[in-house]
Amino acid sequence: MNQIASRPRVALFVTCLVDLHRPTVGFAAIELLKQAGCDVEVPRAQTCCGQPAYNSGDRATTAAMARDFIEAFQGYDYVVVPSGSCGGMLRSHMPHLFDDDPNTRAKAEILAGKTYELISFLTDIRGMKSVGAAYAGKATYHDSCAGLRELGIKAQPRDLLKSVAGLTMVEMKEPEICCGFGGTFCVKYPEISTRMVSDKTADIAATGADTLLAGDMGCLLNMAGRLSREGSAIKVRHVAEVLAGMASVPAIGESKV
Amino acid sequence: MLATSPAFKANAIDAMADPGLQKALARTRPQNPAKRAAAVAALPEFEQLRDIGRDIKNHTLAHLDFYLEAWEAKVVESGGHVHWASSADDARDAVLKICQKAGARTVTKGKSMVSEELAINDHLEKHGIVPIETDLGEYILQIRNEAPSHIIGPAFHLNREDWEDTFRKVHTHLPADRVFAERADIQNEARVLLRDKFLAADVGITGANFLIAETGSSVIVTNEGNGDLTQTLPRVHIVLATIEKVVPTLEDATSLLRLLARSATGQDFSVYTTFSTGGRRAGDLDGPEEYHVVIVDNGRSAMIGTEFQDMLRCIRCAACMNHCPVYQTVGGHAYGWVYPGPMGSVLTPGLIGVDKAGNLPNASTFCGKCESVCPVKIPLPSLMRHWREREFERHLSPASTRTNLALWAWVARRPGLYRLATRVAAKGLALMAGKKNRFSSLPFAGGWTAGRDLPAPEGDTFFARYAAQQRDAA
Repeated sequence: MNQIASRPRVALFVTCLVDLHRPTVGFAAIELLKQAGCDVEVPRAQTCCGQPAYNSGDRATTAAMARDFIEAFQGYDYVVVPSGSCGGMLRSHMPHLFDDDPNTRAKAEILAGKTYELISFLTDIRGMKSVGAAYAGKATYHDSCAGLRELGIKAQPRDLLKSVAGLTMVEMKEPEICCGFGGTFCVKYPEISTRMVSDKTADIAATGADTLLAGDMGCLLNMAGRLSREGSAIKVRHVAEVLAGMASVPAIGESKV
Repeated sequence: MLATSPAFKANAIDAMADPGLQKALARTRPQNPAKRAAAVAALPEFEQLRDIGRDIKNHTLAHLDFYLEAWEAKVVESGGHVHWASSADDARDAVLKICQKAGARTVTKGKSMVSEELAINDHLEKHGIVPIETDLGEYILQIRNEAPSHIIGPAFHLNREDWEDTFRKVHTHLPADRVFAERADIQNEARVLLRDKFLAADVGITGANFLIAETGSSVIVTNEGNGDLTQTLPRVHIVLATIEKVVPTLEDATSLLRLLARSATGQDFSVYTTFSTGGRRAGDLDGPEEYHVVIVDNGRSAMIGTEFQDMLRCIRCAACMNHCPVYQTVGGHAYGWVYPGPMGSVLTPGLIGVDKAGNLPNASTFCGKCESVCPVKIPLPSLMRHWREREFERHLSPASTRTNLALWAWVARRPGLYRLATRVAAKGLALMAGKKNRFSSLPFAGGWTAGRDLPAPEGDTFFARYAAQQRDAA
């Protein structure tokens, strides 16, 4: 890592959900990476890390998409992604798609080694301790499963959120329990998923927080959708929006005034 | 046991609408994880022990033939008998023959999941032999004609009022107006009733948590002591065990025992841990005259050498289901066969076929909690994903899923087209949602919107906005 210049070249993997649903998170990531002293580029050929195919058992398609991905993200010092689940795919799973193909496997290993989830990158790699943002409110943080269990993201977002002016944090009783999203799970088993997310929103509501934060768009869409169905006024945002001071856009699913 | 796993989804919906089950789940859900966490926190080397446990099991599975033969030789040396059963039929026949030879009329049984897998009770009953479950949970399930819903707490799905109702209905020889003031009253009623059964039984059947190659011993752990009475009092003791239960040495068994109770119930050790080596020897005060082990394959050896071999490390502690948010939502019966929860979602397709049990490895969010608490570090989500791969290869996954996936992947591999398609979708949905900024229903998204709103996209895609920004800057 010594060869990496003092301003590392970072490729942002936007993720398909941020691209489609919540571009603000992509811009927030760019802003935070700049604050952390990085030169940020957004490779144009990127689309998706292949998780939907991977978790549906379609290994051939996953591998084909992974090859595209590896090609698109070659040559950067780091690859950073505002999602624990996509980060886990790239870091933990992608290399194993090529257990029978040593050349591609080696490339996938290199990619895995330099890929980081956004908040983990800012804190663990760039040593960021605080941000200059302000957010008036009381928030609770949901630990998304892949970020928590595959990438060890737990304290990092909470540490940075402590530095946000005007923000108080409050913990759920069970912040580590799955929200019931699970990718295709939520549409394959919608009834079970709905019950799981209802347990989650009850826990969220019991904190008295006015804002829910997390680091994965899938979980956020799921929890935001359930909260609004329940008539809750709790605002749901990706943690990067708050850290980058970009929380002026309506929250996820929040009515525009 | 007839599998209802193909109906998992309907089973789950029924289970979520069952107030009794939901009450029971709400009661047990927080208990087991808290107990495990406390036990783990009290043992600094617990994480190292997990590695040791995994390594012991991996080593044994890599040399399974060797250790099974070594174990058999030791059993024979200590005067016991080994009956090899490659299928469930073979195992049932072996058990029946031993019982018939012993002239058995009644058979007591300790808790054994493999006996559920083999449906031993039905087989014995069909041949005029009365099996009596002696584990308290198994006992009530037997008289209620129900299957276990959990591998260590078989009657976790029942509430106290179910116990009282059932006992009043079935134990008609007792005064109808007796009072169950506390739980102990329920336990005592069963204890008194079972006492006579223990004494009268001709054969006792137990499972085995471990078989030890070094000594030829079988090991059971219980909290009620019923296993000891089952295997000590009758003339004949039959151990029912599957091939992956063997471990090389006594030392290995004790290492795994240190993991087992902590992972299962948060106890340092179960109340009873019993090692049986052969039958009664000259000078012994008690013990069975005959000691038999029916050693069962029933599909396990076919998993050796495949990506599912890791599953054979399982020591049946139930930590995975105790921590699984799906299991804790739908309970064990929804899984539709003997083994529920994450371990069942991997093992069941291996034993009854992924064509029947394909729902199970799909009914997971891959949250990874199960893997994080597994005492022998079985990568349960990865193994469930491997089952999904087998399904996909065999075209067992729904045609609509395959078509959608293929179409999506075809577009996603063409970034230019993908940008256009996502832009149309994002802008279109944002426009349709308007100021409300979300959908309460949407064609083709009924699965999502039945229980939650679908937040609308912000508007244009990230890439369109980013490209515009770059142009403006240039």
